[in-house]
Amino acid sequence: MGLFFGYLGGLFIRFIQESGRVTMLFGQTVLLIFRPPFDIRGMLDQMEEIGVRSIPVVIITAAFTGMVLALQSFTGFKRFHAETLVGTVVALSVTRELGPVLTGLMVSGRVGSSMAAELGTMRVTEQIDALFTLATNPIKYLIVPRFLASLIMVPILVVFADIIGIMGGFFVSVKLLGANPTIYIRRTWDYLELNDIYSGLLKACVFGMIMATISCYQGFYTEGGAEGVGKSTTKAVVLSSLLILISNYFITALLF
Amino acid sequence: MVGNASVKIEVANLHKSFGSNHVLRGIDLEVNKGESMVVIGGSGAGKSVLIKCIIGLVRPDAGSVRIDGQEITSLGEKSLNEVRKKFGMLFQAGALFDSLSVWENVGFGLKQHTDLGNEEIKAIAVEKLRLLGLKHVEDRMPAELSGGMRKRVSLARAIAMEPEILLYDEPTTGLDPIMADAINDLILQMREKLRVTSIAITHDMVSAYKVADRIAMLYEGKIVEVGIPQQIRESNNAIVQQFIQGKAEGPIMVR
Repeated sequence: MGLFFGYLGGLFIRFIQESGRVTMLFGQTVLLIFRPPFDIRGMLDQMEEIGVRSIPVVIITAAFTGMVLALQSFTGFKRFHAETLVGTVVALSVTRELGPVLTGLMVSGRVGSSMAAELGTMRVTEQIDALFTLATNPIKYLIVPRFLASLIMVPILVVFADIIGIMGGFFVSVKLLGANPTIYIRRTWDYLELNDIYSGLLKACVFGMIMATISCYQGFYTEGGAEGVGKSTTKAVVLSSLLILISNYFITALLF
Repeated sequence: MVGNASVKIEVANLHKSFGSNHVLRGIDLEVNKGESMVVIGGSGAGKSVLIKCIIGLVRPDAGSVRIDGQEITSLGEKSLNEVRKKFGMLFQAGALFDSLSVWENVGFGLKQHTDLGNEEIKAIAVEKLRLLGLKHVEDRMPAELSGGMRKRVSLARAIAMEPEILLYDEPTTGLDPIMADAINDLILQMREKLRVTSIAITHDMVSAYKVADRIAMLYEGKIVEVGIPQQIRESNNAIVQQFIQGKAEGPIMVR
């Protein structure tokens, strides 16, 4: 029994320690954003990697989510003859919820893992030490560009996801379920408020920061060779995804 | 207190633990200006930790490290970076940035700390590479280089900013004997051409005898003997004798 509580206590202490270290890294990163020199080139490279190369994944995710949403809500609404509201449901769900969350999760899987693996490899092959010896701050050089690029590109990806998701819903409703396109579009526009899109984009900014901070943290403090890099990569994806889902609830509740 | 003017690096009573592992247990070491010091010792004796403390990569638990009389263990990040500009370090496996080409690696410090343009940086990089006997490699990526070439590129990166102090982490480990000797020659050349002070850590005695002005033996977190190569060779200390002759039996336990 004592052993059990000891284990539990140990876990709790580690949780607090890690949270503290992540918060410190986040703080240092934010401060270093404003310290010259500004590495525009490095940031553009990361924006390409994080944003442009994620477009196909995000488009496929959003399209099928919008499509399945139309199918499911049609099935439900048909039971009380409200089929014309499918467009509204698809638009609200995608912009407020599914666009940002699914984009955040897909980007964590695609980009977060590679950030952790890359920084982790740099740690275990002493490249991060080499940066120190060349009088260069590795947080400024490696983490700041990734952080800023995520903060900018994840919301842009979410705009893509919103548009494609709504189009997916439209396609299924009109082409497969025989909805009237004019009414569908009007129902989408009439009930969609700018506020819905803004709240989705705010979530996207937060998710981008979470993904970049957690993934860079895991990579930057990797220990133990190739095995350590593997562990960091896994942790980066799992923790980013969990934190995205948890913070999603709280942001929604706050804006409710 | 500013120490003796000819002392470049002064380490006193240095302690460092990682958890329950007490790695450095009171290191005292002085390296004079222009001198080539070689620290020998077994794997896990704390050699790497020692040079990482000297360049400020690892913060010691107690003791002092002075560079040109300036205490560095208590410095903040900014002043420490100024001190680090006096250093160049050759890492064991090179630690080249694998996302950058060879010349970008060599010119990294210049890019970060000077206003030179890319063309000038590349010209300097090519010149440093030539000094180390490497031609036409500047546009390659680190992954395309052999082990010996990687070490030389890494050395070119270390000397690109014209440091006063060079640190070598196991410069000959993992190389064939001929390439190892070529690296030893380069270390000697660096001292003569660039007049640098250097510390090399190694367990390769051939290399130690060749490049050292003085040799220090590190054992169980302490320096057990310091002297010119001749003195080390004739040492009465059983630990030193066992190590330099490379015997499995003796006071040093094989773990």
